Amino acid sequence: MIGFNNVSKRYDNGFDALSRINFEVASGEMLFLTGHSGAGKTTLMKLIMLMERPSNGQIIVDGHDLGRMSSGQIPHYRRNIGVVFQNHQLLFDRTVFDNVALPLQIAGLPHLEIGRRVRAALDKVSLLEKERLNPIVLSGGEQQRVGIARAVVNKPSMLLADEPTGNLDPELSEEIMTLFRQFNDVGVTIMIASHDVELLKRMNKRIVGLVEGKLVHDGVLW
Amino acid sequence: MKSKRPSVSGGIRHSGPSSSNESRSSARPSTGINRGANTRGASTNQRSARTPEPEPIRQQGAVQSKLRFSDKFDAYITHHSTSAIDSLMRLLETPLQSLMTWMVIAIAVALPATLYIVFSNVQQLGETWEGSSNISVFLRPDTSDNRADELRGRIAARPDIAKVVYVSPAQGLAEFKAQSGLGEVVDNLDKNPLPGTLLVTPRLQNASDAAITSLEQILVADPLVADVRLDMQWVKRLQQLMMLGKKLVFGLGGLLALGVFLVIGNTIRLAIESRREEILVVKLVGGTDAYVSRPFLYTGLWYGIGGGILALVVVGIGFLWVSSTVEQLANLYESNFRLQGLGIFGSMQLVLIAGLTGLLGAWIAVVRHLYHIQPR
Repeated sequence: MIGFNNVSKRYDNGFDALSRINFEVASGEMLFLTGHSGAGKTTLMKLIMLMERPSNGQIIVDGHDLGRMSSGQIPHYRRNIGVVFQNHQLLFDRTVFDNVALPLQIAGLPHLEIGRRVRAALDKVSLLEKERLNPIVLSGGEQQRVGIARAVVNKPSMLLADEPTGNLDPELSEEIMTLFRQFNDVGVTIMIASHDVELLKRMNKRIVGLVEGKLVHDGVLW
Repeated sequence: MKSKRPSVSGGIRHSGPSSSNESRSSARPSTGINRGANTRGASTNQRSARTPEPEPIRQQGAVQSKLRFSDKFDAYITHHSTSAIDSLMRLLETPLQSLMTWMVIAIAVALPATLYIVFSNVQQLGETWEGSSNISVFLRPDTSDNRADELRGRIAARPDIAKVVYVSPAQGLAEFKAQSGLGEVVDNLDKNPLPGTLLVTPRLQNASDAAITSLEQILVADPLVADVRLDMQWVKRLQQLMMLGKKLVFGLGGLLALGVFLVIGNTIRLAIESRREEILVVKLVGGTDAYVSRPFLYTGLWYGIGGGILALVVVGIGFLWVSSTVEQLANLYESNFRLQGLGIFGSMQLVLIAGLTGLLGAWIAVVRHLYHIQPR
């Protein structure tokens, strides 16, 4: 599903965010990306999302060589990846329903299908009764769940989450993780960036560890 | 340790439910990764219990790219109409601000529109005066009416001639008698001294100086023609004035269109900045540049159309204010000249041109600012 082949990323200011990263993620896998802040977790995710281009190396996602992807193809590529952010990135000028419906409207789904899928996604994150509210009135955990609903509503084959539990208490984090596990169970490839060691231990999944842009660990046990 | 496993890319997504289970379970043992208590069988059972969505829907989701073309087209049209309505609503949400922008555009559009009206009215006046720029062709005294009429027909058939009127010697004399007040003197003449005359009206619109001179030479060359008289000075002046008027309208129109571009471009730039967050999110979830820019292009179109309509109102009020005075003035000159407005067709053109200018201004702003907003 994802293949990193000798990937390096050096920013314009000379900072080496990633150096010579090699790893592969199989389809349907769930794994964690960990490391201190500044270790390169977010950069790695941005490379997959094509928000950044690598300085060196090759990234293959779902059979696409990202280096060969033109900027015109990027939007269509992104539609197959769900993203969850620490700060939710919700739009507060519209309802919860419209926030979740956004990817489907962009993809050009028929109106009825959008309604059906949005409600299915909101039901999945137990927010169906709040579809008409503005996300600004929701709690942090609820906002994060709206973000997750938006990430999965287009039924992407891959889900990326950058510190999805960063601001949440353990109980809410557990809830979010349960959601991710459920999506993984239906075959979605899931990559979660987190530095929450307790959470990583509990989840007992494959962990890719980064230190100062270098891959130092790949496996289950920390 | 590195995980190297056979790719089961799209296993569960692209194949049926049963085969997907197979491919997943065959992939697992070779992973080399301890999945703990989360065994395959258990999670497969969990899956059916946990996910409320029936499998066929997942199938549909997996092959999004196979969305029917008609559906995509419908969605495209829907996005156009929602963008159009939303952007108009956004403008109406801040009525005072929008009105101010509309007024600026209206003034910029109304100025050249007024000049155009003035110019086309002068042109209309000029056409009524065109009669006085006749070419008088005097025929030889011995020319019979039949031959003169034949010549009239030949000249009238030329494309650069608007009209030819034959005035026979008898008609000429009668006219002279009626207008000069020398009737008795004329009666005492033995024979009519006046030659037959052809009054030739050239088409002025596409008649250049050289064309009229060559027309004169052609007329003189005819054996029946004794002399040709024409008042070229007057024709030339009128033509030059018309040309100047045209240039003035176009020049001012161009300058003010540039002003409209700048006003709308700047307004759209501010609108883009204020919706930066939204643009970033939309681009992150797969929105194309065209999708993101659509509402802004419609905003520009609305600015232009609104400004155009307001300009029509301004011009209309000015027209009503002036036209009664012009009418009175024309009556004093015993002319039935009436001020001509833009008319329905012209008004629609004005609004259309203003709308397109707005759209173009918005497009420039979108290309310059929106395409640079990329998620980072």
